[in-house]
Amino acid sequence: MRGAYGWGPRAWVRFARMTAARRAFLDGFREVLPILVGLVPFGLITGVSSVGAGMTPFEAVVMSALVFAGAAQLAAISLIGTGGAVWAAVLTVAIVNLRHLMYSLALSPWLQRYGLASRLLVSFLMVDQSFALQVLKYPRAGEDYARVHYAVGNGLVTWAMWVGTTAVGAVVGAQIPPEWQLDFAVPLMFLGLLVPAVTTRPALLAALVGGTLATLLAPLPYNLGLIVGSLAGIAAGVVAEDRLPRTAGGTAET
Amino acid sequence: MSRLDVWLVIVLGALVTLAERAVFLVSTSGKPLPPLLRRSLTYVPPAVFAAITLPALVRPSGVALGPVDARLVAGVLAGLVAWRTRSVGLTFLVGMVALWLLSWAVGR
Repeated sequence: MRGAYGWGPRAWVRFARMTAARRAFLDGFREVLPILVGLVPFGLITGVSSVGAGMTPFEAVVMSALVFAGAAQLAAISLIGTGGAVWAAVLTVAIVNLRHLMYSLALSPWLQRYGLASRLLVSFLMVDQSFALQVLKYPRAGEDYARVHYAVGNGLVTWAMWVGTTAVGAVVGAQIPPEWQLDFAVPLMFLGLLVPAVTTRPALLAALVGGTLATLLAPLPYNLGLIVGSLAGIAAGVVAEDRLPRTAGGTAET
Repeated sequence: MSRLDVWLVIVLGALVTLAERAVFLVSTSGKPLPPLLRRSLTYVPPAVFAAITLPALVRPSGVALGPVDARLVAGVLAGLVAWRTRSVGLTFLVGMVALWLLSWAVGR
């Protein structure tokens, strides 16, 4: 076979790389599937809430395709529904997505060897689920693992699922009567995200300060209550970290 | 919001999100983040999610159960489910069903 097709050592290396890349892509695809089950209701609700806030189904789908960040989209959608300002909605998206800075930083050492286009693509596709899979995978996989293929493998299927479920939600949502009070789905989704995020006592304080202040300042225009509350909650968490033991109910270590 | 405003939110929201995702991945400087900023980022999820959730649960919806609002009661129930199960899907389901039952009971 080697004679017939003229496969020298370099061709074998190229072939091995190609199959390794394909295997990494399929790894990414396969490993994200169980996680995507949880994304289905989230995407449906995002679609339903979008049209509930006065967006067209087309706008809802484009938003999911371009922004690709559920929590930030839901926060922006609620502002669109209540007639907030554009800059307030964009600032809200920026604040809800601040955690991506942390993800970007954590992944950057692993992707240094790739070109700009690859790193931009991984950035665009990097949602919570994909990030979590990547930080678990890369330290275990070998040095020459096809990381970008892995990231794109799980990112692409997540993106397709997100856009698809938003589309279904947006089309179905237009038929749902207001008595169903589906706008309540938004705070419920965030409640489901909030509770697992409260892992330490400083995190609990961050949540209490952020939630209380945002509630008290809710009458302020431009979503300022959310913005001020969030920033104060973050500050409270940092201050508490210096003064409280880190684990809930644990003894002081410092 | 006008149609133009909605599209501005979509496009600018997409750009700001991509910028946050790409900033360290694209830069090759390898400079570490200032420690204070790094610690601050840890508290973004609890602070932000609480700042979105709590006002929406406390805000009166018009469906009152005596002194408390139906949404607050449904929210507390859903919070308990979130705490015990850590499942976003179950939290959503219990919260919505509780709100429907409470609204139906009050509406009679």
